[in-house]
Parts: sequence; structure tokens; C-alpha cells
Amino acid sequence: MSERHTPSPGSGPADEFGRDAVRLDEGHIEGTGGLPDRFENPGLPPHVARKADLDEKAAKRAEKQVVGLFTLSILATLGFIVAYFAFDPRQQVFVPFIGRMSASNLTLGLGMGLSLLGIGLGAVHWAKTLMPDEESVEMRHPMRSEDEAREGVAATFLNGAEASQLTRRPLLKAAAGTALGLFAVPPLLQVAGSLGPLPHDELSHTFWDGEKEGENKYAFTKPRLVRDPENTPIKATDVTIGSVYHVLPAGLLDLEHGVLEEKAKAAVLLIRLNPGDFADNELGRKALDWSHEGIVAYSKICTHVGCPVGLYEQTTHHLLCPCHQSTFDVTQDCKVIFGPAKRALPQLKITVDDEGYLIAEQPFKEAVGPSFWERG
Amino acid sequence: MNSLAARRRHPAAIALLLLLGLLVTGAVYSALAPQRVQAAAAADAGQDAAQGKKLFQANCATCHGLNATGTEDGPSLVGVGAASVDFQMGTGRMPMAAPGVQAPRSDKIKFSNEQIAQIGAYVATLGPGPSVPDSKYTDGTSGDAGRGGEIFRVNCAMCHNAAGAGGALTRGKYAPTLQGVKGKHIYEAMETGPQSMPVFNDSNLDPQAKADVITYLKSMEREGNPGGYKLGGLGPVPEGLFAWTIGLAVMVGAAVWLGQKGA
Amino acid sequence: MTTHTSYPQSADALRASDRTARPGATAGQRKLGGVAGWVDDRTGAGKGVGYLMKKVFPDHWSFMLGEVAMYSMIICLLTGVFLTFWFVPSLGHTVYDGSYAPLKGVGMSEAYASTLNISFDIRGGLLIRQIHHWAALMFVVSLSVHMMRVFFTGAFRKPRELNWVIGSVLALLAAVEGFAGYSLPDDLLSGTGIRAMNGFMQSAPVIGSYLTYAVFGGAFPGEAIIPRLYSAHVLLIPAILIGLFTAHIVLVAVQKHTQFPGPGRTNDNVVGYPVMPVYAAKAGGFFFIVFGILALMGALFQINAIWAYGPYDPSPVTAGSQPDWYMWFTDGALRLLPGWLEFETFGFTWSMNIFPGSLLLLPLVYVLLAIYPFVEAWATGDKREHHLLDRPRNNPTRTAIGAAAIAAYTVLALACTNDIIAIKLHMSINDITIALRILLFVLPPIVFWVTKRICLALQAYDRDTVLHGRESGRLVRTAEGRFFEAHEPLDEYTRWKLVQQEIPQPLELESGVDANGVRSPKGKHAALRSRLSNFYYRDRVDAVTPSELEAAHHDGHGHEAIEPHDAPASVGTSAHATEDDMRS
Repeated sequence: MSERHTPSPGSGPADEFGRDAVRLDEGHIEGTGGLPDRFENPGLPPHVARKADLDEKAAKRAEKQVVGLFTLSILATLGFIVAYFAFDPRQQVFVPFIGRMSASNLTLGLGMGLSLLGIGLGAVHWAKTLMPDEESVEMRHPMRSEDEAREGVAATFLNGAEASQLTRRPLLKAAAGTALGLFAVPPLLQVAGSLGPLPHDELSHTFWDGEKEGENKYAFTKPRLVRDPENTPIKATDVTIGSVYHVLPAGLLDLEHGVLEEKAKAAVLLIRLNPGDFADNELGRKALDWSHEGIVAYSKICTHVGCPVGLYEQTTHHLLCPCHQSTFDVTQDCKVIFGPAKRALPQLKITVDDEGYLIAEQPFKEAVGPSFWERG
Repeated sequence: MNSLAARRRHPAAIALLLLLGLLVTGAVYSALAPQRVQAAAAADAGQDAAQGKKLFQANCATCHGLNATGTEDGPSLVGVGAASVDFQMGTGRMPMAAPGVQAPRSDKIKFSNEQIAQIGAYVATLGPGPSVPDSKYTDGTSGDAGRGGEIFRVNCAMCHNAAGAGGALTRGKYAPTLQGVKGKHIYEAMETGPQSMPVFNDSNLDPQAKADVITYLKSMEREGNPGGYKLGGLGPVPEGLFAWTIGLAVMVGAAVWLGQKGA
Repeated sequence: MTTHTSYPQSADALRASDRTARPGATAGQRKLGGVAGWVDDRTGAGKGVGYLMKKVFPDHWSFMLGEVAMYSMIICLLTGVFLTFWFVPSLGHTVYDGSYAPLKGVGMSEAYASTLNISFDIRGGLLIRQIHHWAALMFVVSLSVHMMRVFFTGAFRKPRELNWVIGSVLALLAAVEGFAGYSLPDDLLSGTGIRAMNGFMQSAPVIGSYLTYAVFGGAFPGEAIIPRLYSAHVLLIPAILIGLFTAHIVLVAVQKHTQFPGPGRTNDNVVGYPVMPVYAAKAGGFFFIVFGILALMGALFQINAIWAYGPYDPSPVTAGSQPDWYMWFTDGALRLLPGWLEFETFGFTWSMNIFPGSLLLLPLVYVLLAIYPFVEAWATGDKREHHLLDRPRNNPTRTAIGAAAIAAYTVLALACTNDIIAIKLHMSINDITIALRILLFVLPPIVFWVTKRICLALQAYDRDTVLHGRESGRLVRTAEGRFFEAHEPLDEYTRWKLVQQEIPQPLELESGVDANGVRSPKGKHAALRSRLSNFYYRDRVDAVTPSELEAAHHDGHGHEAIEPHDAPASVGTSAHATEDDMRS
């Protein structure tokens, strides 16, 4: 690649860094034919005086305005102090367009806002009307240091390297470099290693699996389905067509620790469909097979990024996730029919116990919630 | 020459003609449109139902069928109960102005409370269904707001928004706002599951749980908006838009004023 | 003008007509004494302060956008310190017993309970919280508009590339800082945001599940995330923000502010007002104005009503779950990416429906921003220092690139608000999503093309104005009975703004073969560079030259007739009579 194109005449003095000053009306290289190639910078236009510069009355008026703004600020500050003690934070006041709001928030905010605005507007108005408004000019200099200075710095570093014998002793250089390169490892290892435990099999199992007995070994006990948040078991006969129950495994809400962590995986949605509503395909038949007389239970944790999929439309049998609009078709085993999720919501196979309460017949057969690498 | 004829090409003439046409149409419509049947004070339920049947046949049968068994344009009302009628008509959803994905709530209630009760009584005779709830559950003070809030967030907030501001469903359907809705209508909606909404019958949420939910919503309304104008109550979207429009405009306005040369 | 000093001088002193008006030294100047003298005796700060006080800053409203950002950040710091006095960054369980009735007796985290406490029981606490949140939103808004200003005027060019990079990092950090901040109250809305964050961290190939367990200190939600976000929000990120922001400001001072082209303004000077007293009063006053506006916003407009959302719990969720606006684009990308992008190989899951739109996109946007100056400089072969700004129209390709990028960003951001659009405009959420998927690919090229055409048309309009003067609105009738509109020539100061630009020529493609006929290894490089340079500068409208203006004045073969006649074939060749011509 060759040099850049020739700069047009009159461009910045890219190669003339040596100059210490530049004329305001920076001249341009003369063109041929009597006329210059480019127009010349005409220089600053003549100064136009303000009213306050010429007329003492106008200046006096400006002064009064500024004083008025500062006075407003003082009064607003006093108002703030009064309001601070006058209003209880819970006191309500009716404000048109807003409705009922906290009297304290309103008065304190107005007081503070006006107190600040008074100062700000006053200062700027002062600057605009009474302070000198003749423009000043400051010269620029190229950012780079002078050549000698740059050479000096380079020489200093080279001399330093020489004097320290760094260049002559490669072993020293290598050892120092390696040591410096590694010094950050201990603190980094500490923080990265200690931030959290390893996930083990936790992402693939839920509270429905039962008591953990070992890696991937759980004691499944066919837990009852209970209402969230009431924590009461659900009779199959209570679940009418078109209704939705938000469900957790029995015992979860009684945990002393880790309620939210277990909920985040075990939350289930219980819906009753007319058995005839299920799609007449493999998916629909499987869903009906895992149901109890049309009552289906599905994981409520979205397979996209894990929001609870709670929006059930009883007319279309669609489940919608409010976060990213993944839509699942309950009649087709909750397969994704729209949106960014890929996998269907996992189904929980359910049945009833001797007393007619709904129970899980088996735990989830796959990991619930968002995808992860080892999920498979 | 007639001065009117001379001016008939005047642009204002068209506007005048249009206005006249609209007035005439309106007058004719109001003369010919089905009159509201004035309800006579009914002494007993039987009379109510009979009166309700008349009202039904005059106003609802076009879509729901003469015997309320439904047509292509409207569902059967057998077994929906008086609660359904009270909800649909009391919130102005029925009669529906035009067919659409979903009947919108309307402030123009076309029937009196009495007439709605009469139609409700008639529909209740068609088959067993939920009745209009007892006011002790719906007055918005009789429940436990804290528990109601928990129930609301699990069962309702995903569609209706945690603040009850409403939200979107699929394909143009939506969950309406609950702010300013009567406790009675909230109760009835839970009980009957109108349109896309699932049913929350008494075995799912018992009457006390429903009362708790209503108490929660009403106690939130009583709190007002402590922080000031609520910008629609829809969270970060209106807040972000406000910052980008009004907030930015005011800041830029201040900057422009500051950068201007003094007069 | 023979002598020059490096100190600012009154511009009038430089005016040929007004050379004697230079004011003398102020009477009654006092020697530095008292405390200031004491400090100077020990630090020698006087020299530096004296220099700084005389520094000149150019005046333009758009130069204040960065100050709005700076002041908003400072206000965030101030109000944030207040909030730390009452906020408890803990996920420990507690039962609410404050004065907000609808949540009485509800179990929640201490973080949420203390935020309720700030909102309802601490006098003025709600105000400080609302100012803090509004200031945070306005910080990122003004920072973004400031970046747009810098981009569209080419202020990022040499020697300011480094400051642009610092600015890009600041922008990214501001967004991350904001996310950490609004997540702290542990309400249902922000908790859902953290849930999504957990989900997209988990989507990272290979390390996903380890990453989430490390960040959350175990299973989601755990009890570690709020204290950790708190530490990041009040300590780690603010420290970096302040450090980088200081470097940003120091560089502005060292490199001196850019200025818009205009009469008297050159690449080698700064025309404006000295810090003492004008700029100090203006910039200082502006801090109070920005703070005052934010205080009024906090007084009148409710923001993030956390009490309405309830405490976080992984089972419930609220309709209308959006992050604050600066995170919309990644959440929008997550809504647009179709599900079929997820696939499995050898039993491992690639979440390409999540990972690219979140963990990848968030830093990618800022990296693209940061490298832009280097791409443009390389493509255009421009190595000069630039202190005069470009008018956006004078670099049509850059302006069009910026507009197209903003269009793409806006589509992603709007995608995040699809459910709110659906209910407010009564549209189908599915249709909106599909339309935005298409728009993401279709809109940016259209915006690019349209913006570029508009810029070129504006440049042509500028040329026309210079050549034929500005329309006076006065109709003149010629002797033959034709009508034309009289044009008034521009005065030289007005004209200068329209003729000062230098539009570079596109780089020529070299043969790619060296002197010995061997294919240069750099040949491909050069070809790409030449293509890029042509992309930038092929479509051009050059500034009017004095000879062109002269020609336009004397070569007039017609007037700008109002009745149609031989319409000018191309810009810059038609000749319109100016009023001068008519008089002559």
C-alpha cells in the first residue's frame, strides 16, 4: 500500500507540526488562474454586543432576574426544610393528573428541585447576560511529542534495559517474565475456585425425585401435588375442565432451607383438558397417557431461560411465557409452536392415591428448565 | 339565480351535507334501534326470570340463540350461571359492539343493574352455574391482603401483571387491567373464566382466597401512587420511553438555552 | 499579527479591525494569599490552576450531552451513597412488618424489605430512590446521545480514538452497573431478570452450568447473588467507572475540545469561552440544572414501583417483564431468535437460540462501537489529526452507517417491548415478533440508503445555496414578463460553513504486483482497502470552489424561473441569477 492520497490543499498542517502558532485566518495554498482552489476562512465575524453590554437598564434587569432565581432557590430550600418536618412519609395528597401520591415525596422533591434549579438557572443566566461574552481563542498544538523528546524517551528505556543487563542475561529475562506472568494466578484461582460449588447432577433432578441417596440416586416416594402457595393437596375430582392449578411437590414448602432453589426447578402447572381435546397424534396420545383422565401436569419452568410459563389460554390450550413469548401447545404435549424455546415443557406423569388426591407416578424423565451443555 | 344553487360548489357545502347526513342517520337510528325495555319492579324470582327471558330474546338471542343454546356467533349459555351474565354485562363486554378476538371492557353499560339481574336469573334457570357472589367476599376489605398478594402473584400476575395493569396473550388476545374493576366482577371472572381466562372455581381458590385477592387489589388501589404519576404502571417500558422523550427533551432544552448567545 | 503566545487571547485582539481593544490587566488584582497561598507554597498548584482557569471551551448545545451524562453519574453516586445507609444487601428471610399494608405479613428477603422501608418509612427515602433511578436512566440515555453526537460529527478521529474506546467501555459498564443496580431490590420483576440472566449464563457452551453455579454460589437463586451484585454495584464497577471517566475528562482537557467548523475556527485553534468566569458559571450551573430536573422527575414521576411487584419467588411471574431500557436490545434479541437454533451434537447442547443474543451480543455491540474509528481510519487512509468536526451530511457514508446501526439496535430494543406494544396498539404479539424479525434484516439497509441519499441531497442543497444565494422570498418580474425568485448572496461568514469541508478522494487500487512482477502479499489487503475507501467516498458532492462561484455569477444564462424551462441537469452546473446579477 502506498501513501495515503495527497491531502487537498488547505487541509490541516499534517506535516507542519513544527509551527508554534497559526494565524487565525489560516491561509490556503493559492490555486491557479488567479482564484484560489478553496475559499479562505474569513476569520471570526465581528462581535455583536448584547443589550446588557450597551444598556445599563438591561444589565440591571438581568441582575434582578438572576437575583430572583437565587431567591427562588433560597425559598425552595426553606420549603424543603418545612416539608421535611411537616409531612409524614405515609401522608397522601391528591394531585390533579397524578392522583393520590405521597405528600412528602411531592413537597420534598419540588423543594429540592426548585432549590437546585434556582441556583443552576441563575448561574447560567448570569453567565449569559453579565459575564463577558467575547470569544477567546486558544491555540492547539499537535498531540505528539517533539521528535527529540521521543528519541530521548526511547534512549532512556534502551539505556535502562542495557544498564539493568536485561538484554545481556536471557535467563534473567525469562525468569522475571515468567514470574510476572504468573503472579496473578493465586488470587484468580482463589476467587474462581471458591465462588461456588460444582453443579454435579443438580440441574437434572428436582424435588419430585425425592431424597438424594447418591450421585443420580434418589428415593422416589410418589409425592402428592399441592397447591402453590396454599400447600394443600388436590383431589382429582376438584380439577374441572378449563381450570389451572399452580402446583408444587408435597413437602417442598415445609423445607427449612432451599425452598426457593427447589421451587425454581419443581414448579408445575396442572391443567384439565377434555380427553377429546388432545391432538390425535403421537404427542397428544403420550400426553393423555401420562395424564389422569385428562389432567396433565407440566413443568412450569420455561425451557428457554427459565421464566415461569404461567399464561394458560383455556380456549386455545396454549401456554405462553411472559418473558420471551415462547408458546407451548398443551394438546400436543406442550411442544413449542412459537417463540425462542426449542424443547417442549417436560411432562410429569401423574395418577391418584387411595384417597383420590393427585400424586406423581414418576419424577420428571428429563432435566427441566433452560438448556445447559451437559444436558444431552 | 338561487343563491343556494350558486354556492353548492363551495367546499363547505360538502362538509355541511355530510354533517346533515350524519344527523339524519343518527336520528333515524335512535328512532328505529331496539328500545331498552323498561324493567318493572319484579316481586319474585320467577317474575325476574320471565322478564329476563324477554330481555334476553330482545337483546342477546341474535348471537346466543333464542333458547340461549348458542349459534355460530356466540356460545351456549347453558350452565354459565348468573355470575357470568353479571360479569359480561356488568363490565360492558356484552352485548358486544362488533365481533373481534376478544370482547373489550366498556364503560358504557347498556343495561341497568336490575335488568342484568333479570337476565342473570333467566340464564340461571337454564342449568346449574355459579351465582352472583355474596358481597362479604367482594367488598375489598374482608380478606387478608398479604395472603391475597401471594395467591395473586402465583395465579394471576403472569397474565394480568403484578400491579394488575394487564398484559398480552397470543395473537391479539390480552388480559385486561384489573385497576378500577369492581370486586364483584373480579370474583365472577375467577369463578367463570371468561374468554381465554382459566376457571378458578371454589375447589381451586375457595371464596376466602378470592376475597383475599380482591382485598389485595383494593388495598393496592387505596395506596395510590406514592411516587407520583405512574406512567401507565407498565414498568420499565414507559419509564425508558419517558427518559428518552421528555427527560432527554428537557435536558437538551436546557443545553440549547445554555449554549445560546445572550440577548 | 507577528507575535503569538500559547495563552488564550481575546479573539478581538486578532481581528484586524479591532486590534487595540485588548483590555489591560484588571485593576486591584490581589496576590495569591491566605489558604490558596499556603497550598501553593506546598504544592505549586498555582501554575496548573492558572492554566486550567484560562482554558477555552467551545459553546454548542450538543457538547453539553456528555456533561448531562457526567452529572447524572455524579448524582447517581451521591444518591447511591444515601441509599446504602438503609439498604440491606441480603437474601436472608424476613417477614414484612412495615407500613405498606398490602404486603404486611408476607415473607420476603431483607433486601426487598429494606427497599420497602426506604420507600415508605424513611423520610425522603422514596425521593432519593426515585432520583437515583431516574438519574441512572438519564445517565445511559445522555451517554448514548453523546456517543451519537461524537460519532456523527467524526469527533472520534485521530487523536481521540483512545477516548472513544474509553467511552465505549464506559457505556458497557454503565449498562452492567444499571442491571446490577435495579436487580438489588429483589422484587418479582428484577428477580425474573436475574432468572433470565441465570438462563443465559447456563446457555454458554461447555462452561455454562459451572458458570452459573460460580456466579450464584450454587443453585439458583441461592443467597449469594444479591450481596455479590451489591459489591459489584457499589464498589467494583463504580471504581472502574470513576477511573475511566477521569481519564476520559483528562484526555478532553489535554486534547482540547473539538469544535464545529465556522468562521475563525480552524484545525489549530479553539474558539470559545475561558473557564474563568464564563465556563465555570455555565458548567457549574448546569450541574444544578441537571440535578434540579432529576429531582423534579423524582418528585412527580413514579419509577420502578417495587412494592407493586411483590417479593421475588421463582414460581410466580408478572406480565410485562422487561429490563431497564439499556438492556432491551439483548432481551429483544432473545425474543427474536427462533428456537430451532438450538441443537445437540454428541450429547452436548448448543443453545444457539440464547447464547448469541445474550452473552455474545452484549459485549459484541460495544466492541463493534470501540473498533469503528480504527476501521474508518484504515479504510480511508486518514492519518491526520482532526479537531474540526464534520457536519454529518459531509460524510454521508459514516452518517448512513450510524443511522443503520441505530435502526438495527432500535429493532432489537423494540422487540423487547413487543408485549407492551401488543396491548397498547391492539396488535398480535406474534405478528409483531415476526415483523421485527424481518425488519432486523430489512430496515438497516433501507435506512443506510435513505440516510446517505438525504446527506448527499443536503450537500447538493448547500452547494446550491452557495452558488446561487439563499432564497429571499421576493418575486421579481423580468422585462420579458417572466417571474423568478430573487436570490441573495451569502455573506462570507455564512458561506464559509458551507464551503470549508474537504471530502477525500477514494483510494486508488494498486495493481497488487510489485516492481518485479511478483504478486504482493499485501495485494488482497490493498484491494479490500480500496473497496472500503470507495464505499466511503465514491458518492460525493464537492464543496464549491471560488472559481465555481465566480462562474455561477458571470455565466448566468438564465434565472431560476418559476415557469418551467430548461431544468438544470445536474447539481452544481445550473446557473441561477443572484440579486447582484440582476442589479448589474
